[in-house]
Amino acid sequence: MEIPALAQHEQALRFRAHRNQVLSSNIANADTPNYKARDLDFGAALKSAQHESISLTKTSDLHKQAWGTTQDGSKMMYRVPSQPSLDGNTVAMDVEQAQFAENALQYRASLAFLDGTIRTLRYAIKGGD
Amino acid sequence: MSLFNVFDVAGSAMNAQSVRMNVTASNLANAGNVSGDPDKVYRAKQPVFSTFSASLAEQPGLAGVRLDAVVDSTAPLQLRYQPDHPEADADGNVYATNVNTVEEMVNMMSASRSYKNNVEMINTTKDLLLQTLSLGR
Repeated sequence: MEIPALAQHEQALRFRAHRNQVLSSNIANADTPNYKARDLDFGAALKSAQHESISLTKTSDLHKQAWGTTQDGSKMMYRVPSQPSLDGNTVAMDVEQAQFAENALQYRASLAFLDGTIRTLRYAIKGGD
Repeated sequence: MSLFNVFDVAGSAMNAQSVRMNVTASNLANAGNVSGDPDKVYRAKQPVFSTFSASLAEQPGLAGVRLDAVVDSTAPLQLRYQPDHPEADADGNVYATNVNTVEEMVNMMSASRSYKNNVEMINTTKDLLLQTLSLGR
């Protein structure tokens, strides 16, 4: 039996973990010339989770998804720089840090929801107490 | 999904930034270098970073930092007329290093800030992992 509430939060956790990696790559490459900052689109990931996205038929695992879609359905896009720099780097440290903090908080929120669901289930299994 | 990759990414960035700090320290230490022979004068060194994602390929979007090379600065040396200097050449000139102290101080601050950012990133990710481990307790 699949418990919908658990699956939903698991997908959210997976997205947040992936976004954490992308944002940390941005922060790590803050001083690398010609590095272009990237981010994941939560809206696209949500749509894909709701099975509304249009995807190309793949006949081989080597085929790339259109629109730079990653395997978990989230869309990766390049950030539009607000202040271009001379070395071609588009990492805005303040933006990245704010997004990183927000993403970590969302991850914790998903964890808390999951934790609550597990507690409720356990409560039901034990018949209270 | 693996948050562990973040440690690799942040680790590579910290390594690159610490090399940058070392290079800056060398440059500042040699800021007073003077010689009568232009080939023997210390030249300011600069690290060159680039992005790599080959060994992190299983997850799209991951990118670490690699140190490509440490190159000598091509800025011109300072020529000083000091006939009484023991190292002066036949014309009475000595060559001073092309280390720019102000530039190096800025480099040092930038490297230390970036290093701290990466440490914070590791701390946050470590907290997230620990919380995930204690899920359902």
